[in-house]
Amino acid sequence: MVERGEVDRTMETRPVTMERLASETRAYRRLVRALRALPARSAPPGLGERVLQRVGALGDGQRARFSSLETPLGRLYLAYGPRGIRFVAPAEDAAAFAAAYARRFGEEPVADPEPPRRLLADVARALAGDRQAARRLPLDLEPLGAFERAVLRKALEIPRGEVRTYAWVAREIGHPRATRAVGRALGRNPIPFIIPCHRVVGGGGNLTGYAFGLPLKRRVLELEGLDPVELETAARRGERYRGSRTTRIFCFPSCRHARRIAPRHLVTFRSAAEALAAGYRACRDCRPVAVGA
Amino acid sequence: MRMEIAEPARAQTPAAPLNEAELLDALAARRAGAFELLVAMYQDRLYTLAWRITGNGQDAEEAVQEALLRAHRALYGTYAPERVRGLALRPWLTTVLLNTARNMRRGRSFAVSLDALGVDERAGVRSAAGAVAPPAAAERQELAAALEAALAALSRRRRVAVVLRHVEGFSYEEVAQMLGRPVGTVKSDVHRALRQLRRRLGPLLAEDRRR
Repeated sequence: MVERGEVDRTMETRPVTMERLASETRAYRRLVRALRALPARSAPPGLGERVLQRVGALGDGQRARFSSLETPLGRLYLAYGPRGIRFVAPAEDAAAFAAAYARRFGEEPVADPEPPRRLLADVARALAGDRQAARRLPLDLEPLGAFERAVLRKALEIPRGEVRTYAWVAREIGHPRATRAVGRALGRNPIPFIIPCHRVVGGGGNLTGYAFGLPLKRRVLELEGLDPVELETAARRGERYRGSRTTRIFCFPSCRHARRIAPRHLVTFRSAAEALAAGYRACRDCRPVAVGA
Repeated sequence: MRMEIAEPARAQTPAAPLNEAELLDALAARRAGAFELLVAMYQDRLYTLAWRITGNGQDAEEAVQEALLRAHRALYGTYAPERVRGLALRPWLTTVLLNTARNMRRGRSFAVSLDALGVDERAGVRSAAGAVAPPAAAERQELAAALEAALAALSRRRRVAVVLRHVEGFSYEEVAQMLGRPVGTVKSDVHRALRQLRRRLGPLLAEDRRR
């Protein structure tokens, strides 16, 4: 409440009378009462729901369920809700996986008494390179922010056996300066292996980093038919891009078109600028530089 | 307070917490459904406050969403259970919201459009009042609409101070803590805000209106 001493003195134009002082005080009382009585607004519909989805709560008291499967990479655990797969990780055992899930989503998943056979079969096929099966997999990216989702969707576009750079992902999603944020988003990829964050590497040819350690990143890439050692050494020699003398197109070295170039037609470039200056144009599939319409 | 939680969720949450201490216990124990309950209990309040601070629904929505996500990260990540149990939930959530709104504002302008606000308010008043509102209620609504517009016209600093003290009803000490300013500074901001509101509302606060 406004105390008696707090009445408006700056406004005085007429002489202060007891009458006027008292009336001012009552006006302030009414003001404070009116402030207190201001009506509340209702949060827009869906706001709470969206927050809960982002933090990973499934709503309606549901909990994510999980099961596991044996893969060439070892035993993989995956947790899923009604919207699809939300978390994948290699783990020592079910308890370790459940704990990792809880750390991220704030709620323990329950071991699925009836593992979804079709889903698990599709995951196995997708990991073995079956693109149809990969496309069928329902992925629940709701708990993520828009930026993270854009990064992961972009990673899904990188073909098996090829790699792109963090800067490439950043540019392709329209945030060319957000290379580090791209790295962070990929590092927090909740659905690794299925969303191929391992196919994104540093611009200098380094594999850079991996949530599960670089040796595993190397192994996954090898399983996909890539030679990461060759990739790294070539990049260190300064061979960042490959072009073909016949088509005068240049690509990322792992692009399927680049790998088809006959040795006698192969040229290498240290930078995209060098390739462009030599009169080469960027490949429209791997897009080493932004390809205009 | 509206409870927007789906019925089955409550049915499955044994002994849904009813007061703040119980809710904090449930959060500290990471009991299923605890965060849903927090969201249901506080989203309208936080949204209303965010609306008054930012001056528009879109920014308010974004601020509340982000604040609740931050709260979740703290409650389920960085804070130890003892710390969660010891929280004063409403001041804490309000502080999180204030910080979020402040960060969002960096590099962006949160112009409070007086016109838009006035129109919006009156439209809301009309629909809420229905065709024939009793004179007293209509007067109250007119005052409320004018008051919202007058609040929007304050500087952000004064607006936040007076809203926290007199709309939200926090004590000066609480407000000072939330804003990280000395109590004296907060008091003077609040008083200046009140004076400005008084000036702007003028005759609407006069007593002869009540007769």
